[in-house]
Amino acid sequence: MPHLAVLRFPGSNCDDDARHALERVTGADVRFVWHADSDLGGAGGVLVPGGFSYGDYLRSGALAAQSPVMHAVRAFAERGGPVLGICNGFQVLTEAGMLPGALARNEGLAFVCRTVTVEVQRDDHPLLAGLRRGQRLRLPVAHHDGRYVADDATLDALEAEGRVVLRYLPAADPDGNPNGAMRDIAGIVGGRGNVLGMMPHPERAAEALLGGEDGVPLLRAFARAAGVSA
Amino acid sequence: MSDRPALPPLVPDGAWPDAPVGAVPVGVVVDRTKSATFGLTPEEFDQVVGHLGRLPAAVEAAMFGALWSEHCGYKNSRPLLRRLPTEGPQVLQGPGENAGVVDVGDGWGVAFKMESHNHPSAVEPVQGAATGVGGILRDIFAMGARPFAVLDALRFGDLATARTRYLLHGVVEGIAGYGNAIGVPTVGGEIAFHPSYQENPLVNVMALGLLRHEELQSGTVGAVGHVLLYVGAKTGRDGLGGAVFASADLSAASDADRPAVQVGDPFLEKLLLEACLEAIQAGLVAGIQDMGAAGLTSSVGEMAHRARLGVDLDLARVPRREPGMTPLEVMLSESQERMVLTAVPGREDDLIGLLRRWELDVVPIGVVRDHGRFRLFEGDELVADMPVGPLNDAPTYVRDGREDPAASAARERALDGLPPPADAGAALLDLLADPTIASKRAVYQRYDHQVMTNTVVLPGAADAAVLRLKGSDRAVAATVDCNARYVGLAPRHGAALAVVEAARNLAAVGATPLGVTDNLNFGNPTVPEVYFQMAEAVEGIREACLALRTPVTGGNVSLYNQYRAIEGVRAVLPTPTIGMVGVLPDVRRRATMALARDGDALVLLGEGAPSLGASSYLARVHGLEAGAPPTLDLAAAERLVTTLAGLVQAGLVDTAHDVGDGGIAVALAEMAIAGGRGVDAELPANLAGHDDAARDVADLFGEAAHLALVAVPEAQLAAVTEAAEAGGVPCHRVGRAGGDRIALRAGALGLDVALADARDAFERTIAEALA
Repeated sequence: MPHLAVLRFPGSNCDDDARHALERVTGADVRFVWHADSDLGGAGGVLVPGGFSYGDYLRSGALAAQSPVMHAVRAFAERGGPVLGICNGFQVLTEAGMLPGALARNEGLAFVCRTVTVEVQRDDHPLLAGLRRGQRLRLPVAHHDGRYVADDATLDALEAEGRVVLRYLPAADPDGNPNGAMRDIAGIVGGRGNVLGMMPHPERAAEALLGGEDGVPLLRAFARAAGVSA
Repeated sequence: MSDRPALPPLVPDGAWPDAPVGAVPVGVVVDRTKSATFGLTPEEFDQVVGHLGRLPAAVEAAMFGALWSEHCGYKNSRPLLRRLPTEGPQVLQGPGENAGVVDVGDGWGVAFKMESHNHPSAVEPVQGAATGVGGILRDIFAMGARPFAVLDALRFGDLATARTRYLLHGVVEGIAGYGNAIGVPTVGGEIAFHPSYQENPLVNVMALGLLRHEELQSGTVGAVGHVLLYVGAKTGRDGLGGAVFASADLSAASDADRPAVQVGDPFLEKLLLEACLEAIQAGLVAGIQDMGAAGLTSSVGEMAHRARLGVDLDLARVPRREPGMTPLEVMLSESQERMVLTAVPGREDDLIGLLRRWELDVVPIGVVRDHGRFRLFEGDELVADMPVGPLNDAPTYVRDGREDPAASAARERALDGLPPPADAGAALLDLLADPTIASKRAVYQRYDHQVMTNTVVLPGAADAAVLRLKGSDRAVAATVDCNARYVGLAPRHGAALAVVEAARNLAAVGATPLGVTDNLNFGNPTVPEVYFQMAEAVEGIREACLALRTPVTGGNVSLYNQYRAIEGVRAVLPTPTIGMVGVLPDVRRRATMALARDGDALVLLGEGAPSLGASSYLARVHGLEAGAPPTLDLAAAERLVTTLAGLVQAGLVDTAHDVGDGGIAVALAEMAIAGGRGVDAELPANLAGHDDAARDVADLFGEAAHLALVAVPEAQLAAVTEAAEAGGVPCHRVGRAGGDRIALRAGALGLDVALADARDAFERTIAEALA
């Protein structure tokens, strides 16, 4: 059975959390891959974790997108390998050009850490297998730069192609869109549907003890897409 | 790995500069008339001359001045701090190292400590607070512990003023910016407002770290021949003289002191943290020390002092950010994110290689000698030579204190004759909107409080933070507390109440208290009225910590918290912040304050009547800071803490909240707001001992030292009552949970407000201030 890779940039800080949650929920063998490595070591799936890669002093994710490991990840994705980017990982994937659009400073101009409701928009992508369209998930967010932005043509194309997969739900929650994301976008897929970027943290919602397990189906779908029988 | 520029040889070839013992350093000599320049009194300067046998060079005078400052040398507080209890079977490391450590079971220890960054935050709140977080985190990982939680105790002036909003914004941004980036959750704390902090806010940061017992580290230079490794950021002129700065009066001139505030880089600190912990786990580290206040001077000096050895440093090797720095500037720089390490003999290359893999600058800067001196060379030139012992052993002062008659008069002021509130419901809403009591949600939502995925109880949900230990059933709880109004009116009594409040808060989540770190924030110790507050507060902490079996394993003293107001020098309220750590044997058995079920019985636990003296109600409604703080019976407090923690640990109680600011009415309202369900309660007529109108007010809004509220299903009520009474803690059933109103009655006085209105009052104040 293949193992799962969690990338480690200097400044990643959800790398341990992602590994812990994946191991616990999927039973997978999870290994870290250092940013300077250009070999993914035969991993079946790659998780790009949250944090502040290289301090995020330039633009969030901008330097990480240029690291040796991301060249390997791009090639891996082009071969159809599953890639899940969470929070800073989503920022890295957009900066690397693997997903369209960008993550701009939150509308409120402040870091926001709380649990929000997102609605699953698609269930016909492998990275969402097992979830139901319309299903509502309670997931924590924690970011300073989470406002998804793109031009209208890109947004229209994303919608038309069914690539907006997770949306905040202001209707269910008065502060439901925590960052002012365009069209309430919380997560999109790219490539052939094998690259998913999302701002909420499923790895923080993987244990009832910590307040919820709504992230578990997303982690399981990622592992299964990677060939791990979770 | 990426290409790197050529580096100097990893281990020097043994060609360290040397000089015969007794050689006189080169450099400008200073005399007694310059003592104040170096933060020394003329008498202290004479002592320096005595220790050296000659006049000091400027760098030597500056190093003595820094290490003999209050911030590093505790010269006014050390005799008092010796009074504190420091021992117990749970203590793995007491005071004297970078942080204290207590045993939490299953082979785990928790390193914890609190430190202040008050003066830097007054001048530049964002960087002042950020570097406060960075500094305390380094203290924690220098113990070999992985930092896993931060709590902050913040004090500001009048929230209605632009200055306070500026400081609040800045401090919150600084804490968030540093803590969020480095990936350590900020899980709790407290924020209080009082005009005395208007110009001099308090920023006390407590950090906790987790270690296996066998990973416990020491800040030592190791043994003769060991090489000192400088790791991390380059040395610049920032923070120059910060230790002296932190110990001097704040004045208008402080605005010109901006260069004394350091700038933090959480990214670099994250690399330092990961590299140091990896090196420790690999068994490569013999000694490790953070460069905090007074930089290289204090870090290397303390390491040498602990080992009772000497050190030769070659300043020419110290990585510098700018040219032309003098030895004095290099030695006193407070540039952030720097550590000093010594390698296990024979493993130097492995250690240096590991640190460089984390992209860190690593430079050998000195060598350990047996001469007992702290010597500095600049290339081949000897520029300073001081005995390690006296340098690290500041003279101490025991001063005369006397109570400010205004404080005793305010405390003894008769409080009868105050009219009861025309509308008790309006008074409750007013108290809930008080900035000190109001919800801090808008603040903690700016902090990443969930990273590391251990946060079991979210901020605001309970009286203390609760963090699970992965791979164990256990959990750690932590809280920071101090009601400074109590301390101002009655320092000994008030400081003991701060300890008791912290223990109550831990018990209310189900934790058994283990240990204390204290941050003593006071004014100028040479003022007898301030010294009295310090001495009395330390006695109060001592008495309460002995009664609660919570030794003090470390802490920090911040003096000269004062400013020049039009009417003269004004000190902050005496604020001995108490940080307390406890353990829950089974994380599944814990409590929050949120009412969980309609129909639960509300039960008041504990003894002693609430009283209006020194209360939030008096301050908010009558504008009075007067009266004696709540009567304290330490034995009763200990019984309540033990019993309440026991009820939660036995699985009998999952909803608990202590009675604190604003009394029973505010406590019940907070439980209702947190749980999203109302309460209907009638307080027993005899609670305050009388049944007159003034006593009814005290029942509702008075404060108490050893009362708590719990909510339990009817079916469990008998078991809870029996267990509480077996622990010697009286129980009163006061009402039930449910509905959408907060309805309370005490004798002739009653209130009935909509839960939604209470929530709005509670949530609005801080959210608007931060908007």
